[in-house]
Amino acid sequence: MDTEEKSNQLELETALNNQTLYWQANLKLLVKLLVVWFAVSFGCGIILVDWLDQFTIAGFKLGFWFAQQGAIYVFVALIFVYARQMKILDRQFDVGDDDSNQEPQS
Amino acid sequence: MSTQVLTYLFVGTSFALYIGIAIWSRAGSTKDFYVAGGGVHPVVNGMATAADWMSAASFISMAGIISFIGRDGSVYLLGWTGGYVLLALLLAPYLRKFGRFTVPDFIGERYYSQAARIVAVVCLIFVSFTYVAGQMRGVGIVFSRFLEVEVNTGVIIGMAVVFMYAVLGGMKGITYTQVAQYCVLIFAYMVPAIFISIMITGNPIPQLGFGAEVTDGSGLSVLQKLDGVLLDLGFSAYTAGSKSTIDVFAITAALMFGTAGLPHVLVRFFTVPKVSDARLSAGYALVFIAILYTTAPAVASFARLNLVDTVHNTAYDEAPEWFGNWENTGLIAWQDKNDDGVMQYGAGAALSPAKPIFDVDGTRGSHGERLLNNKSTESANEVYIDRDIMVLANPEIAGLPGWVIALVAAGGVAAALSTAAGLLLVISSAISHDLLKQTLLPRITEKQELFYARLAAAVAVCIAGLFGIYPPAFVAQVVAFAFGLAAASLFPALLLGIFSKRANKEGAISGMLAGLVFTFAYIAYFKFVAPELNSAEYWLWGISPEGIGAIGMLLNFVIAMTISHLTAKPPATVQALVDNIRIPGGAKAA
Repeated sequence: MDTEEKSNQLELETALNNQTLYWQANLKLLVKLLVVWFAVSFGCGIILVDWLDQFTIAGFKLGFWFAQQGAIYVFVALIFVYARQMKILDRQFDVGDDDSNQEPQS
Repeated sequence: MSTQVLTYLFVGTSFALYIGIAIWSRAGSTKDFYVAGGGVHPVVNGMATAADWMSAASFISMAGIISFIGRDGSVYLLGWTGGYVLLALLLAPYLRKFGRFTVPDFIGERYYSQAARIVAVVCLIFVSFTYVAGQMRGVGIVFSRFLEVEVNTGVIIGMAVVFMYAVLGGMKGITYTQVAQYCVLIFAYMVPAIFISIMITGNPIPQLGFGAEVTDGSGLSVLQKLDGVLLDLGFSAYTAGSKSTIDVFAITAALMFGTAGLPHVLVRFFTVPKVSDARLSAGYALVFIAILYTTAPAVASFARLNLVDTVHNTAYDEAPEWFGNWENTGLIAWQDKNDDGVMQYGAGAALSPAKPIFDVDGTRGSHGERLLNNKSTESANEVYIDRDIMVLANPEIAGLPGWVIALVAAGGVAAALSTAAGLLLVISSAISHDLLKQTLLPRITEKQELFYARLAAAVAVCIAGLFGIYPPAFVAQVVAFAFGLAAASLFPALLLGIFSKRANKEGAISGMLAGLVFTFAYIAYFKFVAPELNSAEYWLWGISPEGIGAIGMLLNFVIAMTISHLTAKPPATVQALVDNIRIPGGAKAA
């Protein structure tokens, strides 16, 4: 009995530990992506816009281009990178919702 | 066929399509009605989200506003797209895992409090109604100009169509009509943009075209030419900003965080089958949105260039037909200040007061123009142009064929109807589900709940229609503030609910109320109480009422966290709930 309880206890702890690690990996990824998000929009498109405007690319002043075009392209890329990386994390920690690796949850 | 007949044909066909889809996809259960059964493919949901999101304001007004304010218009482009990154990374997957029907549902459960649920319902209804009134007005404008019916008749027809598919089909009907509406609106937006880009620069891709050289042999790029032309006329350069950096920063932030907190967008992510689908679906939604949002600034610059070319120094007698057509709707006016019969366009307000007051008898001046009762101003500018006409008039200004003009009319209606339907749905589900089923009448059966949901949708459609017919003077001003209010009230409560286990009901409720009251009071003070003080020197840290939601949001965060730490921890069941929504595995079907 005691051993069974202990192994249950251990299993629960591993599961919790696994979840914590998964959550920390998730937060790390979020911070990286949000730094990029901030840099292209508030950074290049607003704070640095006048300075960047001294450069020209394909007929656009660079700061103006970031504010009206470039940042939007980066936004799209960020979401797809996020979806991809999260899928990898889901698999690594075995917490995903794919039918193939469905894990019973309370 | 005349443009008029083509327009009837296009708008009529699109309506028949929407109603057909509504009948095909009737809702049979509350789950169908609230979240379309929970089995929508991520790409389909992305497209529906895009149509849901892009309103009459995006389709009709945004390019027009950018056209007139140039670089300062970036706040809308950045704010209304950047919010999707926050939505995808911070909210959508977790709310999908939570797997219920509405946004107040999440707040009520997470903060184990009916009071929190009710506060969320109030925020939701306030945000959604201000927003929906603008949509109905948009339908009215399109109808009055292109189909030459009264604005009010237009609003009633629009109401009838939305009524058909929102009340019958609920979220299920709305999802599939929104897919059709997205196709109509994006086609209608892109066709004239591509035509005009080719005409001006020879480049068929508008996103590249507005950086390319103008084909008039000057060797200047579109933006260089536009800067030059505008400076000559006394405007500031198109690519230079005039708002302060802190204000641009705050407005962009308010729009971004507001976007992420808008209930009618969030609820769309409850309709996909899995958490991983919710992440992907947000990406697809932004792709479909970005197609229009990266084209809009190009359209804006082309339209401004075309407008100056066709209007400035043109004799009124020789003005193209569209000028007279829009003058008849009251969105363009001309006052011949120097009595030369030629229109001079330039910086400064042409009229005092700024909006035209047409002679009630409909008297025409010596050149056939509608006479005005406005006083003339010191400015040499003789032409009043409403910003809202830029997208709608663009094909006519560029001299494109009639079918393109008809297409744009159908697109404008599609954009307005799709957003109106999405908003009406969240209003009705907040009432039938959160207010009735979860709070006041917990004993009603599913059938009764579905009936109440339909009834609430029907009532909401009628109220929205009334707003469209009798627009309260403040509606136009308030729509932009819906974002500030969403950012200051709902977004922090949602974010903390997921990312902080310590956030409790006391913190969330006081945070939401503080954010809402502060933001609302600041806006009301500068817009209604003391509008004469509405300028940078009186603003808090130079932040305009449009951007104050960003500060309201910070206030909400600070208060919610402080009070949460001073009061008891949330119960263990709630902490377990938070643990559960943080991992995708085992997502219940919604």
